[in-house]
Amino acid sequence: MRKGRGAASTGRKTRNALTELRLYVAGQTPKSLVALCNLKRICDEHIPGKYRVHIIDLQKSPELAVGDHIVAIPTLVRKLPEPIRKIIGDLSNTERVLVGLDLEESVALN
Amino acid sequence: MSKGQASRSNGLRPLPKTPTGIRGFDEIMGGGIPKGRPTIVCGGPGCGKTMFGVEFLVRGAMEFDEPGVLITFEESFEEMAQNVASLGFDLKGLAAQKKLAMDFVKIEPSEIEETGEYDLEGLFIRLDYAVKSVGAKRVVLDTVEALFSAFSNVAILRAEIRRLFRWLKDRNLTTVLTAERGEGALTRHGLEEYVSDCVILLDHRTRQQISTRRLRVVKYRGSAHGADEYPFLIDEQGFSVLPLSSLALSYKVSEERVPTGIADLDDMLEGKGYFRGSSILISGTAGSGKSSVCAMLADETCRRGERCLYIAFEESPSQLVRNMKSIGTDLEQWLRNGSLALEAWRPTNCGLEMHLLRIHKLIEQHKPDVVILDPVTNLIEGAEREVNSMLMRLLDYLKTKRITACFAALTSAGESQERTTTAISSLIDTWILVRDVELNGERDRCVYVLKSRGMAHSNQVREFIITSNGIRLVPAYVGAGIVLTGSARLVQETLEAAARMASGNETEKKRRESARRRAAIQAQIAVLQADLAGEESEFSELETEETTRQQQMMMDRQEMAAMRRTALPNGHAEAAKGGA
Repeated sequence: MRKGRGAASTGRKTRNALTELRLYVAGQTPKSLVALCNLKRICDEHIPGKYRVHIIDLQKSPELAVGDHIVAIPTLVRKLPEPIRKIIGDLSNTERVLVGLDLEESVALN
Repeated sequence: MSKGQASRSNGLRPLPKTPTGIRGFDEIMGGGIPKGRPTIVCGGPGCGKTMFGVEFLVRGAMEFDEPGVLITFEESFEEMAQNVASLGFDLKGLAAQKKLAMDFVKIEPSEIEETGEYDLEGLFIRLDYAVKSVGAKRVVLDTVEALFSAFSNVAILRAEIRRLFRWLKDRNLTTVLTAERGEGALTRHGLEEYVSDCVILLDHRTRQQISTRRLRVVKYRGSAHGADEYPFLIDEQGFSVLPLSSLALSYKVSEERVPTGIADLDDMLEGKGYFRGSSILISGTAGSGKSSVCAMLADETCRRGERCLYIAFEESPSQLVRNMKSIGTDLEQWLRNGSLALEAWRPTNCGLEMHLLRIHKLIEQHKPDVVILDPVTNLIEGAEREVNSMLMRLLDYLKTKRITACFAALTSAGESQERTTTAISSLIDTWILVRDVELNGERDRCVYVLKSRGMAHSNQVREFIITSNGIRLVPAYVGAGIVLTGSARLVQETLEAAARMASGNETEKKRRESARRRAAIQAQIAVLQADLAGEESEFSELETEETTRQQQMMMDRQEMAAMRRTALPNGHAEAAKGGA
């Protein structure tokens, strides 16, 4: 797993591993909804079935913000595979999301 | 300032303020920083911004019962707690008592990818959570600018920072934001554009290898504030800004007098000495006896049962004690009974404000009636203005405490002795000048009172003589249009004494002569009187004889008559007899 980035370039291991994601939002804001929408679309397209998204609403549980050092909203955190990666924003730029999630091979395919 | 006055004249309440609890700072701010508003504290690296913020929180929690929140962007709680532990601040303890909440907002730009729209609601949520967890009234954000390196979308960032300030104001949180000083601007990212109420600039500069920290209130909307640069320091008791008190000349003065310890010098000052709580400057060239005059004052103070603090910048305490013993003053006894505190350190040891703080601390510890700084000029080197303001602050402090201050000042030989100390002379009440007079191949000390506010001091130059029994001031020889000192004076005095003696002998001779003559005349008088007495007694004898003779003659005549009257009846004769 430590070879995360290297594996991504070949594309094999990463795609076989489960991608665990957390999406931090603060209430049902338009930005959050857009982000969730974009995330689902990208994941279904590139790693269908191999991902899990956990949505955390900081308005309901503010104490959880400290753990992943959340400052910006929305923030997408890739907990697994390691290393942890963070993407902030409404995920409207698919290319950058793929780079952020280390799914570059897919980018190359595009 | 004008704005503050305007708001008052409009009948509005003056700006409510929150005391920071930082020593000296609240005084120059007229009470503290604006309550419920953000204040920016900016400065270069290592200038003490974070310390300021932390102390603001700690004092708030401990002294004003205002819990606080510390949001750091660069240091973890552990690191921060460790950093300030040396100042005696127990952040962990305060956190455990729910008086302080802390959140380390760690931002790793390398981990973050930005895609599309976002905001900093996460920060707001964390801040809100921390504030609510302790019921905070105070917030410190150290350093918000870290956000600028983390997020690339400046437009969003600026909008969010603006929102943050609004958010803090709406919740009536008194906030301190630290900011890095920028080039040509107060802060690197122009934070002062958002917070326009109060901006404090901290500065840390080095001059001649000695660092000085300074603080300036750049802006304080709606309030009067001190506009100068104030030296401050951070030591084991935290942050302190000087002056500790008094920006006004409003202290009460004393009529009480303090003897100088030199009887002859007292004479020059109306016979009573210095005023209590006044400032005294003793200036003179090297070796002119300044320290001795100071030591005499110390000795006298302790002898009276008062307390004295003697700070020496040139000699070690033991050296000073030894030297003073050689002129008959035993300072050691006062050191032993604790009435004298003798402290010595090199003036180059630390910056000016550090000196001032050390002096303040010693004064607080020892509680003296007299403070002596010997010599104060050692501090001046290259920074006359600063020494001036430092001494002014020190004097203000001493005067409000009615402590008599005595400064020795060294003047260099080539220069005018009155000019070199002008930097501090205007602060001084009594100025005694000890100077050397070179004449006939010797150097003598002369002393005179250059000024002494509020008393009719002597205008005479006295010769200053240091003997093994102490200091004596001798009137210099003034006569025949010349002033003589030292051996010249002695020679002159000897000459006069000889002349006096010579004329004295003459008088004595005349006196003896006249006494002798009087004795002779009196003897003559006695003889004449004896003669007179002899004559008188002779005369009285003659008189007695004469009387006796006359009586005899009378009796004879009567007898004769009696005898002739024998023919007369016996009765007659008998009667005549009885009558005789």
